[in-house]
Amino acid sequence: MYIIVAGGGKVGKSVTRSLLDMGHEVTLVEQERDRFNQLEAEFGHVALIGDATEIGVLERAGIARPPDLVLALTGDDEDNLVISQIAKEGYAAPKVVARVNDPRNQQLFDLLGITQTVCATSGILGLVEHEVPEHGLIRLLELRREGLEVVEVQVESDSPSAGKTISELKLPEGSRLISVMRNGQASIPVGSTVLSEGDQLLAILQPGKEDELRRALIGI
Amino acid sequence: MKAIVIGCGRVGSNVALQLAAEGWDVTCLDEKEEALIRLGSGWHGRFVVGHGMDIDVLHEAGIEDADAVVVATDGDNTNIVIGQVVQKKYGIACVVVRVLDPKRADFYAKRGMRTVCPTQTAVSVMTDAVRSCDPSPFAAAVVDS
Repeated sequence: MYIIVAGGGKVGKSVTRSLLDMGHEVTLVEQERDRFNQLEAEFGHVALIGDATEIGVLERAGIARPPDLVLALTGDDEDNLVISQIAKEGYAAPKVVARVNDPRNQQLFDLLGITQTVCATSGILGLVEHEVPEHGLIRLLELRREGLEVVEVQVESDSPSAGKTISELKLPEGSRLISVMRNGQASIPVGSTVLSEGDQLLAILQPGKEDELRRALIGI
Repeated sequence: MKAIVIGCGRVGSNVALQLAAEGWDVTCLDEKEEALIRLGSGWHGRFVVGHGMDIDVLHEAGIEDADAVVVATDGDNTNIVIGQVVQKKYGIACVVVRVLDPKRADFYAKRGMRTVCPTQTAVSVMTDAVRSCDPSPFAAAVVDS
C-alpha cells in the first residue's frame, strides 16, 4: 500500500517505522526542521519536509496518486482535520484516519465528516473505566461505519436481570448480549442462560439504546 | 444584528470596531485577555476569553443567536475548522473566514465557505500598482545618474 503519514512526532515516527517494516511504501511529512533532520537520518527519502496542511506539500507527497491510506497524526487537531478534508474531499483518498489529541474535539471531527479517528486519551479513559468496579454501562468499542457499539455491564445483586434467563429479559430491540463473563470464564449466552450477580456482560447495540439496555439489565 | 468576531488581533479588532460603529451588536472572542486592549477604552461590546474551537466558549459568546461570524485568528486551520463548525452546527448563513494561504482559501471557497485571503488581495493590489506605474520617470532617473 502507499501511505502518507502527516506529522513526524512520536506517534507518526513509530507508525512510519512499523509500516515500513511491514513493507508498505510511505511518505512521512514533518514541518519542523530539527525533527525532519532526525527523521531523514532514520528513514532517508521517506521523510519530506513541509506543512502537510499546504496543498502543494501534500501534492509533493503524492496525494494525487491518491494514496491508499492517509494518516493525519500531527499534535494539532485543526491541522489533522484540514489534512483529512483535503485528502478525502480534494483527492478522493479512499481511507483517511485522523488522530484526535483533545477528546473534546471528537465532536468536531464527527461534525465535519471525518469519521475514522483515533484518540489515545479516550482510549486510556475507557480502559480506566473498565477497571473501576462500580460502573453502570461502559462503552468499549465504537463501530462507526456499522453504526453499532459494544458496551459492558455488570450485574449487581439488586439488578432486575439477576436470576432471570435472557429470554425473560425485555432487552431493547437493536441490542444483543454477546458474552457473559463469570468467574473469569467467558461464554456466549443463549436464551436459557441465567444471569447472576457479578456477571460481566458484553452487549452489542445501536447507539442511543444505552439507557434502555441499562434499565433492563441493572435497573438504573 | 448580532456579530461575533473570533480572534481579536489587528484584523479582528478593527473589523469589530467598524461593525460596532455601524450599529452591530458585537461580541469579541480571543484566547488572550490582553487582546481587549486593541478594542480601546471606548469598547461597549462584549469580550469573551477562550478558544474558538471550544463549543462552551462559543455558547458563552452567544453563537446561537448570532447573525454573522467573522473568524480571524492567526491560524488558517483553526479558522477553517471554526468556520465550518459555526456554519454546520449553528446554521449561521454569514460566516466570513480569513485564510492566509491562497490555495487553502480557494479549496474551501469551492466548498461553500466565504473565505477572505489577504495574501491574494496583497498580490493583486501590488501587481496592479506596478502595472499602473508610469515607468518613464524611473527610466529617466537611471539615465540621469
